[in-house]
Amino acid sequence: MTTIDTRPPKLVADGLSIEYQVKRSGERFQAVKDITFEVSPESFTCIVGASGCGKSTFLSAVAGLLPYTGGSLSLDGRLITGPGNDRAVVFQTPALLPWRNVLGNVVYGLELRGTPEAQARVKAQEMIKLVGLAGNENRFPHELSGGMQQRVNLARALAADPELLLLDEPFAALDAITREVMQGELLDIWQKTRKTALFVTHQIDEAVFLADRIVVLSRGPGSVVTAVVDVDFPRPRTDAVRRSPEFLAKVDEVWALIKG
Amino acid sequence: MTVKSDESATPKRRSRNPRDAALAWVRRGEWEPVLGVISVTALLVLWQVAAWTGLTNELYSSSPIGIFEAGKEYVTSPDFVTDLSVSGQEFVVGVGIAVLVGIPLGLAMGWYRWVNAMLDPIVTFAYASPRVAIMPLLTIWFGIDKTSKVALVFLMAIFPIVINTSMGVRQIDVALLRVAKSFNASDWKICRTVILPGAVPSIISGLRLAIGVGLIGIVVGEFVAATAGIGHMMQEASGRFQTDLVFVGLFLLAGTGVLLTSLLRRLEKKFEVWRPSLNS
Ligand SMILES: Nc1ncnc2c1ncn2[C@@H]1O[C@H](COP(=O)(O)OP(=O)(O)O)[C@@H](O)[C@H]1O
Ligand SMILES: [Mg+2]
Repeated sequence: MTTIDTRPPKLVADGLSIEYQVKRSGERFQAVKDITFEVSPESFTCIVGASGCGKSTFLSAVAGLLPYTGGSLSLDGRLITGPGNDRAVVFQTPALLPWRNVLGNVVYGLELRGTPEAQARVKAQEMIKLVGLAGNENRFPHELSGGMQQRVNLARALAADPELLLLDEPFAALDAITREVMQGELLDIWQKTRKTALFVTHQIDEAVFLADRIVVLSRGPGSVVTAVVDVDFPRPRTDAVRRSPEFLAKVDEVWALIKG
Repeated sequence: MTVKSDESATPKRRSRNPRDAALAWVRRGEWEPVLGVISVTALLVLWQVAAWTGLTNELYSSSPIGIFEAGKEYVTSPDFVTDLSVSGQEFVVGVGIAVLVGIPLGLAMGWYRWVNAMLDPIVTFAYASPRVAIMPLLTIWFGIDKTSKVALVFLMAIFPIVINTSMGVRQIDVALLRVAKSFNASDWKICRTVILPGAVPSIISGLRLAIGVGLIGIVVGEFVAATAGIGHMMQEASGRFQTDLVFVGLFLLAGTGVLLTSLLRRLEKKFEVWRPSLNS
């Protein structure tokens, strides 16, 4: 079952620390103290931890939106110094441009990167179909449900064809039913595209269902990696996996690690 | 059973029955403008009756029919063309420059803290002060020709545009900025795809205010010093006790204001197809 991956890791975080400058007092607040782990190519990695432990902070640093203050962070062997075409983010809130329809929003990333318009539209249409929104191209964000908005958010990131797909609790605001459906669909899409994925969540069952590997963060501030857990349920995973005793055992294992 | 479900599957767009049609018309709220027409007509009739019965003195307060007659005469005279073109030019050039300068300035003030820190005291002071009071100075600087009125209209119109634009920029959803930045967007592209479209509703509010104060600028400017223009005509008519003609000028200005505001409303609607409507 486990084939040894001899390829170099996609993403390497080595002793990463991130500080915020607190505006009012001028003090420095260390959100993340020491994060060290690797992400293999074409794998699905989840980062779990309690709210406020620095998951979004870490992901922002990988996206190049936030400078880190210590350690190193490299993608394909190159240090991350800012945003780049090799990454795309699916944000926690859909963050869609309200004045653009679905097609306009999915095309947005490609447009910013200067992709020729015709080519960008073809690619966007393809992604809209992939996330199951074909036929909704002309609808505006306010006409879509929360789940549909997150599909657009996902399609926008996928259209940019990143080396590394970053997802920040994309399903946290959805109802339980929609969330399960979306998790299944995300896995289907991932299976098809095989993008290396880094997915942040505070929901342990979500992480266990999605991931090849789970990185557990300690409580903040100054969080560190408590443990790295491999999850080797066979793929493609179906909803049946969720009800298996092995699944529940894995969830318990991660729970215990988080409570520490 | 099947017939029934067929019927509900294809609801009729418009009912032929006149009573249903009338009900639908009421439900759509299309009767609302009719109320407005009724109240305006009532006011005009009252005004006319008051003049006829001698309740009011037509010499001072005029009458709808008197104004209509004076209007007909004025509009067909060569003075009308001159006045309209002079006032029109003052307004269009003044407001035009205010838009061209005000929008970029407002964008810069909303986006760059240092620009805001530098200009905010000036803008706030100028916005709060009665700017028409500067007209006597403008006449010294620019004379009694169109230029002094263009300057006044510009000064009246630019501040609401600047203030509303910068407010619109500051209200933009930071999540949208993060998205743009995550795609490595340049400042220029962020401005064009997030900031400018996001600020459009505020910019349009600013334009609406600018139109109102721009019209005030023309009239007051022409009252103070001018050789032609609608405001100038009203001033002259007032001196000759031609109350009818003063009213004609007043209605021309009011009509222009209404016309421009409704044009702006259409522009606003065009930008707002993406907004959830209150009724749905
Ligand atoms: N812009 C900021 N300035 C200062 N502190 C921040 C900022 N953003 C987040 N933090 C702090 O950093 C810690 C981690 O936040 P975050 O990464 O959002 O957590 P998570 O995503 O795991 O819930 C929290 O204590 C939060 O208050
Ligand atoms: Mg978060």
